[in-house]
Amino acid sequence: MLELRGLHVGYGRTAVVHGVDIEVPDGAVVAVMGHNGAGKTTLLRAAVGLLPARSGTVLLGGEDVTRTRPHQRVRAGLAYVPQGQQSFGQLTARENLQLVADVAGSQGARRLDEALDLFPALRGLLTRRAGLLSGGQRQQLAIARALITGPRLIVLDEPTEGIQPSVVAEIEDAIVQLASGGLSVLLVEQHVGFALAASSHYYVLESGRVTAHGAGGVAQEGDVRAAMAI
Amino acid sequence: MDALFSQLFAGLSLGSVLLLAALGLALTFGQMGVINMAHGEFMMAGAYTAFVLQAFIPDAGVSLLVALPVGFVVGGLLGLLLEVTLISRMYRRPLDTLLVTFGVALVLQQLARDVFGAPNVDVRAPAWLSGAVPVLGMNLPKTRLFILALAIACVVALSLVLKTTSLGRRIRATVQNRDLAETSGVSTRATDRLTFFVGSGVAGVAGVALTLLGSIGPTLGTNYIVDAFLVVVVGGIGQLKGAVIAAFSLGILQATFEYSTTASLAKVLLFVVIVAFLQVRPQGLVSVRTRSLA
Repeated sequence: MLELRGLHVGYGRTAVVHGVDIEVPDGAVVAVMGHNGAGKTTLLRAAVGLLPARSGTVLLGGEDVTRTRPHQRVRAGLAYVPQGQQSFGQLTARENLQLVADVAGSQGARRLDEALDLFPALRGLLTRRAGLLSGGQRQQLAIARALITGPRLIVLDEPTEGIQPSVVAEIEDAIVQLASGGLSVLLVEQHVGFALAASSHYYVLESGRVTAHGAGGVAQEGDVRAAMAI
Repeated sequence: MDALFSQLFAGLSLGSVLLLAALGLALTFGQMGVINMAHGEFMMAGAYTAFVLQAFIPDAGVSLLVALPVGFVVGGLLGLLLEVTLISRMYRRPLDTLLVTFGVALVLQQLARDVFGAPNVDVRAPAWLSGAVPVLGMNLPKTRLFILALAIACVVALSLVLKTTSLGRRIRATVQNRDLAETSGVSTRATDRLTFFVGSGVAGVAGVALTLLGSIGPTLGTNYIVDAFLVVVVGGIGQLKGAVIAAFSLGILQATFEYSTTASLAKVLLFVVIVAFLQVRPQGLVSVRTRSLA
């Protein structure tokens, strides 16, 4: 579904990601783990088009999207939930979702409803400004927004970081539920336990390079922790 | 009492003109952060649109009503052209934008001089706008009332567009967080262009309205550009509400100062008040608060 081939990314003179190859097969959940500053977010930003790739290619469903703009990749089925529970703070929760539903056209209303079924807590908050929601609620809103784009693959950057524990479980359940429904997932996650339990493949990123990868599953936890030197 | 009321009306009337001049700027400068010095020249273009149209449409009333939408399109297209050719290359470079658009303003003024001549020209006001309406013993000029109504109509229309339409949601989302808008499937470039079209179009409408107040000339825009920026800065970036309150407050203040002093001294006093106000409240009248910055 998504293939990153020999991807080099950086900011200004600083190179951050040095030739990374990652593949997310159709319907698979792939976890990318690594310490802070390993280049995980930079890698994801390049995958979705917010940062230009210096070299290498990004293939989405077999098509080269390396030079396309982020909104074109979204419309081609690549949804992105950035780090930090981002939402449009001055828009209401409903407007946050409607914004995306507008782009989705005739499918918009149905998908908006489905996304709310996944996070029923949001239904009662629709008229509230997103900036006034809690971190966990905003993260649910962000995932709902991504789902309304009608993705074939969803890219999640630390979806449970900095969120109250009660909501973490809800979000993890939602990710598992989406994956079992056939959605491909590329997940950057600090919680090694959850990441491995949910994923079918894992990659460990260190200083912008893949230093370990293999099949997912909780059995791999020892290997991954060793690779990450936790 | 009469004097007070008539000053109040003079202030509201001045405020409505300021508001029309500033409303488009509240979008392009307030929302997008672009310092467009040629905004006044888009007003001038709107004014000349009304002048040209009355040559083709003999009835002054019909001509005015046609000029409003046509002025919108003329102003909007000029803005779109400017955005696509120049401004889009210098987002996040406000100083360059300021200089370039100032240059464009001068070019447009000279263009108007070449096409229409340097002397001012007049646009006939329609018969139904001549005369005055007696209210509470005063005679309120119909043209002034028309401009007040037009300003209010423009504010209502613009806030409806921003609040309830898909375009409005895209504009607000793009202003708040470009990257997030882009990864929500919104083409931020297309949104920029549309925002600029609408903002500049409102300048064109303002220009049409100004033809009712007196003769128009190539430097029409320069008379309003500074005041228009003042309104947006005093009102606070990012919200139309602020611009509305600021325009009417400044209008009433200026009218009051003019009543008690002279026109130039009134301007000086107004600037003093604004400088003092911005010392206390640099973010303007209406500012936006959220739980997080996101």
